[in-house]
Amino acid sequence: MNAKRSLSGIGGNVMAWGYALIILGPMLWILSNSFKRQIDILMGTTVAPITLVNYQLIINSRQSHFLWNLWNSAVVAVIATLLVLAIATVAAFTVARLQPPRWVTFILLGWALVFHMLPTLTFVGSWYVMFTQVGLHGTYTALILAQVVQGLPMALFLMIGFVMNIPKELVQAARLDGCTYAQVFRHLIFPLSLGGMAAAGALAFISAWSDFAIALNLSNKDTMTAPVAIATFAQEHQILYGQMAASSMLSMIPALAFIMFGQRFVVRGLLAGAVK
Amino acid sequence: MAIRPIDATKIERANFWWRVGSLAPAIIVLALLSIWPVFNLAYLSLSDVKWVSGSAVVDFVGLRNFHELFTGEEVYWAGVRNTIIFAICAVTLQMIFGFTMALAVRRASKIGRSVLTAVVLLPIVIPPIVIGAMWRLLLGRDFGIVNSLLSYLSLPQVDWLGDPRFALMSVVVVDVWHWTPFVFLLTLAGLESLDQEVFEAAKLDVKNRWQELRYVTIPLMMPTILITLAFRMILSFKVFDEVFLLTGGGPGTATEVINFSINRVFFAQDRVGMGSAMSLLTIFGVAALIVVANTVVRRRRKQKDAAA
Repeated sequence: MNAKRSLSGIGGNVMAWGYALIILGPMLWILSNSFKRQIDILMGTTVAPITLVNYQLIINSRQSHFLWNLWNSAVVAVIATLLVLAIATVAAFTVARLQPPRWVTFILLGWALVFHMLPTLTFVGSWYVMFTQVGLHGTYTALILAQVVQGLPMALFLMIGFVMNIPKELVQAARLDGCTYAQVFRHLIFPLSLGGMAAAGALAFISAWSDFAIALNLSNKDTMTAPVAIATFAQEHQILYGQMAASSMLSMIPALAFIMFGQRFVVRGLLAGAVK
Repeated sequence: MAIRPIDATKIERANFWWRVGSLAPAIIVLALLSIWPVFNLAYLSLSDVKWVSGSAVVDFVGLRNFHELFTGEEVYWAGVRNTIIFAICAVTLQMIFGFTMALAVRRASKIGRSVLTAVVLLPIVIPPIVIGAMWRLLLGRDFGIVNSLLSYLSLPQVDWLGDPRFALMSVVVVDVWHWTPFVFLLTLAGLESLDQEVFEAAKLDVKNRWQELRYVTIPLMMPTILITLAFRMILSFKVFDEVFLLTGGGPGTATEVINFSINRVFFAQDRVGMGSAMSLLTIFGVAALIVVANTVVRRRRKQKDAAA
């Protein structure tokens, strides 16, 4: 029996490392391609001389301003994340602890759930028409607003879950001491839900940073975000594989940072968000 | 500091405004940017829209767009068919692989598991467009490493993305690579939260591993499996980014998905009325799915609670 156990332990380890390899393989391939000349990529050379030309071209050439695209992505994602967190956290406290009318909660959360699951592109057209009519098309404002509404439902669900975990008795005690709801929020709920906000914020940032469908249609040349720029390398007359790979690598930096420094927040957010 | 008498009505008033004010931003954002757009789509879908110097000129045309959508617009319906095939194939494979991996890895060493958790997060957190770019480099016809490997093994090369027979399946494979980690993480967390005592108790009754899996693990995991399945199934209707870079919906309509039709009609062809009709129809279709899935999951949960 013991031998059997350890055998399945070995099997589990082999599966684990094998699976890690399946995921890392494509990553390493695109990484290596980002350091190859276009000709080596097209010839299918596996080991080719290392060159930085792709990175130089995307950062500093007339056709491409990828650093500017990254900056646009960062502006949109950071501001949208902060707004989403602020809106979701105050609303979550009220929904979770202050018993708003039943129908308000029902409609708010029900619609948020449905909206979260609907394909983004079914709304992009309508946003496009709306933003164009008020003269906001192509502005940061339009992109940020779209990202805020896109990220809000998930943040709302996550924050409600996290606020629910704060003991009711604490809120009641603070109320008996004569605190208003605003004070309860500032001195109790806000500090106690910082960990939850990190998880919700990580997810909101990742989804805003990664978005393609919205930015593709609502941005213009000046506000173009990184994912849209990556796609343009594939739409040139001749597909610029090396530059596509190099820009992909640069746009993965925040994701890698999250995995290295904020892994538990991301995992926590993913798991909590899916069970709701 | 002198103790002020607590002014009850003042606090009541402040609290009332806090309750209103804290919910207002969320409600306003959702109403303006997600509910209003649905009405806007309904209005636009009944119209013919022309852009004259940046402002929309809207003519009411009744149900013409919907009539056209149901009689013509074969591309959209090809997209609907492909999206459904895609969702079913991709999610089934993700569930099988993800759950199997979770079962296997549960017994792996701690290092193996923590490394794997970090690695499987990668596909989930990187931009989907990067995944498209990545697999384009892997599956390219003349230079992709997959075909290089095939010819190394002296197997025939395949045009993974350009051959209508393989294109949709290639997209499915990419999606499986993309989202199996998510299923894996959820089911692994589910497995780890199961009560170990149940397994100890069942040891007397089950003859082998297979029976344990069939009669103990899977029934206990059923809620997690069902929720993950429903969740992934509906979310896979969102597919767009990877397909955009992998195949662009082609060849022909082989990998056309709903979102592609909407994007093309709305933005490339500037047919706002028709695009709105498509969007609206899709919204109602997927919303109906969501309601059905939600009811099923909830009913299962209730049955379970009643049985317990």
